[in-house]
Amino acid sequence: MTLSPYVSLTVLFVAALAFGLTPLGLAWLWGRVFSPAKPNATKNAIYECGLESKGDAWVQFRPAYYLYAIIFLIFDVEAVFLLPFAVAFTGLGYAACLSMLIFVLLLVEGLAWAWAKGVLTWE
Amino acid sequence: MAVDEKLKIELGKQGILVTTLQELYNWGRRNSVWPMQFGLACCAIEMIATTMARYDMARFGAEVFRPSPRQADLMIISGTVTKKMAPQVVRLYNQMAEPKYVIAMGACAISGGPFKQGYNVLKGIDRYIPVDVHIPGCPPRPEALLQAFITLQKKIDDQRLTGEQRPPHLDEKAQGEFPVPKYGEHDLEPSSNPGVWPVPITIR
Repeated sequence: MTLSPYVSLTVLFVAALAFGLTPLGLAWLWGRVFSPAKPNATKNAIYECGLESKGDAWVQFRPAYYLYAIIFLIFDVEAVFLLPFAVAFTGLGYAACLSMLIFVLLLVEGLAWAWAKGVLTWE
Repeated sequence: MAVDEKLKIELGKQGILVTTLQELYNWGRRNSVWPMQFGLACCAIEMIATTMARYDMARFGAEVFRPSPRQADLMIISGTVTKKMAPQVVRLYNQMAEPKYVIAMGACAISGGPFKQGYNVLKGIDRYIPVDVHIPGCPPRPEALLQAFITLQKKIDDQRLTGEQRPPHLDEKAQGEFPVPKYGEHDLEPSSNPGVWPVPITIR
């Protein structure tokens, strides 16, 4: 009977899992058996550099931030693409220039759309 | 069961390791003390120097300064504890998981130091939390902090897991919460924790 080639892999996988989980399990068991839990209000409180936490952590941000960030990101990435294009400009053919023009125009269209929507006007 | 020291050394020479669970546990504990990453005043600069290459606290297993009290074992009170800062220090100590140890570093942390007569400095952090090792000095040199750390390691090594003298983290009845002082009209309220620091009687 020949063993499947995956048997050794499985054994190694189980060994690796045990190697990681055994110390954790032992530590947990040790804590359970020997160390009495001493929770209290201060210990269970939210950690905030020693201060008492105030208010809610779920602060709302205006979506305008998000739109600004994403428009910035798009033009940032565009600059990354434009730079090698500009460097290699003299050696490029007609097709390369046209495809780059389409790429830029697509983004300009997006900018025009955002402008028309009034995203760029900060209130 | 304690093993006779001489027998142990003799066996060690023959290549036989004899140990107890307590020794193993304390050996692991004392060599992986994680201090909490916070500095209060100028002593903190010496504390930082202690962790750097020249003094290298990593030799003793204490290089992992944790930015959260949940993961720290050791609180090094490095510097002047002002009355404004004291509640935060006590709260952070409370938020540390057991077992926890405290080193009071420098004259200010142990007694108020040169600011003892001042109105806004706590006259020693041991008024609120139990301190394991005090280091005098203004500021103590990094060697002094290492010495304190080695002293703490010895202390951990000597702790027994059972019996009356067992450390607080194994003792169900030991004090678990240390009251956080509040800002009062003239002083912190309460001005000390009588459970850790009996108010000395002044004889006039």
